Amino acid sequence: MKIKSHKDFVSGLLFLGIGVAFTWGATTYKIGVAGRMGPGYFPLLLGILMTILGILITVKSLAIETESGDKIGGWAWKPLICILGANLAFGVLLGGLPSVKLPATGVIAGIYALTIIASLASRRFKLRQVLILATVLAVGSYLAFIALLKLQIPVWPAFITG
Amino acid sequence: MDLFANLSMGFGVALTPTNLLYAFTGCFFGTLIGVLPGIGPIATIAMLLPATYALPPVSALIMLAGIYYGAQYGGSTTSILVNLPGEPAAVVTCLDGYQMARQGRAGPALAAAALSSFFAGSVGILLLAAFAPPLMSLAAQFGPAEYFSLIILGLIGAVLLASGSLLKAIAMVVLGLLLGTVGTDVNSGVTRFSFYIPELIDGIGFVVIAMGVFGYGEIISNLGLSEKEREVYTAGVHGLLPTKRDFKDMLPAVFRGTAVGSLLGVLPGGGALLGSFAAYAFEKKVRLRPGELLLGKGNIRGVAAPEAANNAGAQTSFIPMLTLGIPPNAVMALMVGAMIIHNIQPGPQVLTRNPTLFWGLITSMWIGNLMLVILNLPLIGIWIKLLKVPYHYLYPAIVLFCAIGVYTINNNTFDIWMVGAFGFIGYLFIKLGCEPAPLLLGFILGPMMEENLRRALLLSLGDWSTFVTRPLSAGLLAVAVLFLLVMLSPAVKRKRQEAFKE
Repeated sequence: MKIKSHKDFVSGLLFLGIGVAFTWGATTYKIGVAGRMGPGYFPLLLGILMTILGILITVKSLAIETESGDKIGGWAWKPLICILGANLAFGVLLGGLPSVKLPATGVIAGIYALTIIASLASRRFKLRQVLILATVLAVGSYLAFIALLKLQIPVWPAFITG
Repeated sequence: MDLFANLSMGFGVALTPTNLLYAFTGCFFGTLIGVLPGIGPIATIAMLLPATYALPPVSALIMLAGIYYGAQYGGSTTSILVNLPGEPAAVVTCLDGYQMARQGRAGPALAAAALSSFFAGSVGILLLAAFAPPLMSLAAQFGPAEYFSLIILGLIGAVLLASGSLLKAIAMVVLGLLLGTVGTDVNSGVTRFSFYIPELIDGIGFVVIAMGVFGYGEIISNLGLSEKEREVYTAGVHGLLPTKRDFKDMLPAVFRGTAVGSLLGVLPGGGALLGSFAAYAFEKKVRLRPGELLLGKGNIRGVAAPEAANNAGAQTSFIPMLTLGIPPNAVMALMVGAMIIHNIQPGPQVLTRNPTLFWGLITSMWIGNLMLVILNLPLIGIWIKLLKVPYHYLYPAIVLFCAIGVYTINNNTFDIWMVGAFGFIGYLFIKLGCEPAPLLLGFILGPMMEENLRRALLLSLGDWSTFVTRPLSAGLLAVAVLFLLVMLSPAVKRKRQEAFKE
């Protein structure tokens, strides 16, 4: 059997997996009957529906011819890692990681880290420009979120503010 | 009930300096993101939502609404000057708008877009003001069975609009519904699918999903594409006013676009996007007058009609959201979420419980439309300058605003991890050709759907036939089935593929 649409094949299997997982998960709650539904009833219905949809999409991807095989294409690994990494670094710096006793460093450090890491995804990375951008964003965010909107965000590292 | 008394009450709310300021802010951000390709109203509303928590609900909604219809204005600017749609709903505006710009007629094209948008927006708002109250009294008679059927209809409508495979779009809706079940079940108090994570007891935040999927996911996918050089046609922007002949040509097109857009905006699954495509297709069928350029070669009708339609649709799509509490598209789904955060249950009771909110929002939209004409015509130079801001400066800022915004919702870094996870999921879906908008709609409607399903079946003592024996509910379901059948018919299927290819 040949895969006729790679995109549909993978998404079909993905939906199938999600469907089975939710169906199984729903059965661990009380199901009840239609007139008196338990917490598991609605998710069970949806889980079964999802499983059926997953199977249909997978079968279709094997049966119906597409022009070019509907390839998924290359993954944008660099942007993916940079954007998610920037997000992660921002969170860690902003809030710290209490589980490993990493102290919070505040939003300003977070903004610099986020801007630099996110900018690495672009082919036009120039450190000087990125640092200027980070400074503009840091000052702008401080004025907008802290000074104007008065949001409760740790600004500076915890060891400075105490 | 007097329309004029209500409208003047609304103006009383909308014309306070604070609310004027928020309407302006919304329109400003709307135009901004409309002009900038690569960020849409969904991600922007999600980003700005946390900033509205401290505001009175009416100011918050005025601002968030401004983002949506403001984006419809801004989107046309980019389409005309750069041949890139700033907004999905402005895709067809590229065809004739860019041609006009190349012929040195960017000014009239921009003016045609802004003026027809204003006219259509005003008509859309009048329709909203006129039809919302009667619809609300009708909706007040809806029982849970009717609501359930209405939600089904709304979700199937959302599938209609999704590009690509029908089955995948349905699967995305179901996935949204499933994600909506995460958290505490309101009836039994049981926590579902939370994996003992305390932050998940209240469920997944819709802002987190919207930002992750529509913000991060899109950025990652954009960066993966090869960067195209943007060519901005600014030299042609002098002399904004269209000629007398232009006005004569575009006026009927504006009327037609407004009618098409208003109608499609109300439909489940409708909104700005569908209307602009339909209006352009309609203009193509209208016979050319002697000496008129072909559509696609720089005909002003090809700008005026879709722009009128997308703005009319943006306004009328508020009708089902405000009257029934059923959002017709993903942006309205976010608005529903915003209202719930501000402790307003969207639906027919809004008019009776919060009349000042309802009429204030409607009148502010008209004021906002007026502001947008000013923002988009005399001040067009500012937006042209903004268009030259390169994407590699823009996207780190977007990532930052998402991360800060999501943190401030609960002052908890857990939401930052979640937005990252949904960013990955969003990118995965883009790679797999699964459109994410139906997911968001399903997610917002999920809890409502479960609640109404439960109540309907509780009332009927577990008898599923209640959905087809109650006439209103049966009618709604029949329309939903009709939609599905129409979509599955081979002729429409082919048309649909063509439409999304253009």
